[in-house]
Amino acid sequence: MRMDVEIEVRGLNFYYTGNVHVLKGINLSAYKNVVTALIGPSGCGKTTLLRCFNRMHDLYPKNRYEGEIVFQGKNILSKDVDVINLRSRIGMVFQKPTPFPMTIFDNVAYGLKLKGINKRTELSERVENALKNSAIWDEVKDKLNVSAYELSGGQQQRLVIARALAVEPEVLLFDEPTSALDPISTSKIEELLAQLKSKITIIIVTHNMQQAARVSDWTGFVMLGKLIEFDKTDKMFTAPSEKLTEEYITGRFG
Amino acid sequence: MTREQTRKIENIFALTLSALAALIGLFWLVFILGDVIVQGIKALNLSLFINDPAPAGVEGGGLRNAFVGQLIITLCATLIGVPVGVLAGTFLAEYARGRKIARVISVLADIMVSVPSIVIGTFIYAILVKPVGHFSGWAGAIALAIIMIPVVLRTTENMLSLVPWTLREAAFALGAPYYKVIIQVVYRGAATGILTGILLSIARVAGETAPLLFTSFNNSFFSLDMKQPISSLTVTIFQYAMGPYDNWHAQAWAASLMITLFILFLTLLGRFIIKWRYKG
Repeated sequence: MRMDVEIEVRGLNFYYTGNVHVLKGINLSAYKNVVTALIGPSGCGKTTLLRCFNRMHDLYPKNRYEGEIVFQGKNILSKDVDVINLRSRIGMVFQKPTPFPMTIFDNVAYGLKLKGINKRTELSERVENALKNSAIWDEVKDKLNVSAYELSGGQQQRLVIARALAVEPEVLLFDEPTSALDPISTSKIEELLAQLKSKITIIIVTHNMQQAARVSDWTGFVMLGKLIEFDKTDKMFTAPSEKLTEEYITGRFG
Repeated sequence: MTREQTRKIENIFALTLSALAALIGLFWLVFILGDVIVQGIKALNLSLFINDPAPAGVEGGGLRNAFVGQLIITLCATLIGVPVGVLAGTFLAEYARGRKIARVISVLADIMVSVPSIVIGTFIYAILVKPVGHFSGWAGAIALAIIMIPVVLRTTENMLSLVPWTLREAAFALGAPYYKVIIQVVYRGAATGILTGILLSIARVAGETAPLLFTSFNNSFFSLDMKQPISSLTVTIFQYAMGPYDNWHAQAWAASLMITLFILFLTLLGRFIIKWRYKG
């Protein structure tokens, strides 16, 4: 099977305010319709790397990128990129569920309305599809007009995934999406990831190595801002080529 | 005495002192409220609401002009003060977040909150009454608005700051521009808090007398013209309570009762909104 590259990172350096050098010369390719996991000890820069893909760092002044992130043939770090359009194509799900203070329906419809879709019938249809694709439709179909805050944490997280899916992004970024959830909700989200990858490309940051092994096809091991190793997940977890990777995976530090 | 006994005695001592302090506070509160209610109800009658004041010393008449004037002044003050306060608070909490200017304005607003209201009254007198040559309803409304602005500003700023950043990031991540994030997500999250702040700021200015004394002054006749002096309950209470007629005193009591009830209503509404919000 030939694999297409969806996102290619070339020589990426990233500096937080005050010239704090956090990512150092990252090179990596995230393949289309594949789950790529980023693992590494806390504070290693994996979340920082993830947040480069949708230019989330632009929200804060004086953050600086160097290098290139090529998404479908275009460097998304260049100044002329419309970040609003970029973010509707590369969605993001956060560590803690982030439902908006509105009804379940309005939460999922939010991104669609931003795109100018206002027709009630089209909205309903796309909201329903997104909720079905996030495996939460059966739980919420009778209470679409109820506040999203009435859902449990795990349900909220799937709702937020539905919200991100509704705008039909090509890539979805997950920042430790299950670290605030119970085991049952976690396994539901993991199942969901497996289903979603037929439609979209997924990049997931996780500090849980078992989770990376379960859900991902490719894994990148990040440490102290450097990408130590990037390989197929089964190879990485059985026969890593780097000694550091092996030590981290076998739990000698981290 | 054992240590345990000493502790018990200390405990009783502290309890007695704080209970006593609370009782002293409550006593005056109940005394004042009770007096206002008893005297106010005695003086309440329909004529109070539908008639304008009778000539001085003549029995009868009412305070229709003051009720209407009070409402107009408070409404205009709210219409001026709330948008300015909310927008300024939004600027501080969102666009200027973490910058030095935000801290400076916050501290200034805190100082403004505690400036005696008579100072604001005389200030408006100097810039809006003296140059024009006469008192006016607008001057009164603007004086009250200036008292409202720092209160609304600080509540808005605080309530917006309570909305978690991740919520904003989630909206940004869907491709929302900042103004839409603020209006559609952040305001929604902070709505009840801001609304409560607005109600309490209205309650605060509704009871102000000093700033109106120098600005809208008083008017014995019914008037809707904001360019002219206009009557208000608080200034009328002030004037009638100082006056020599029993009839005036009774009407001042009734007016006091009404304004107390109005402020009580706003405060309760504010509390109700908070409860309703945090229940759901």
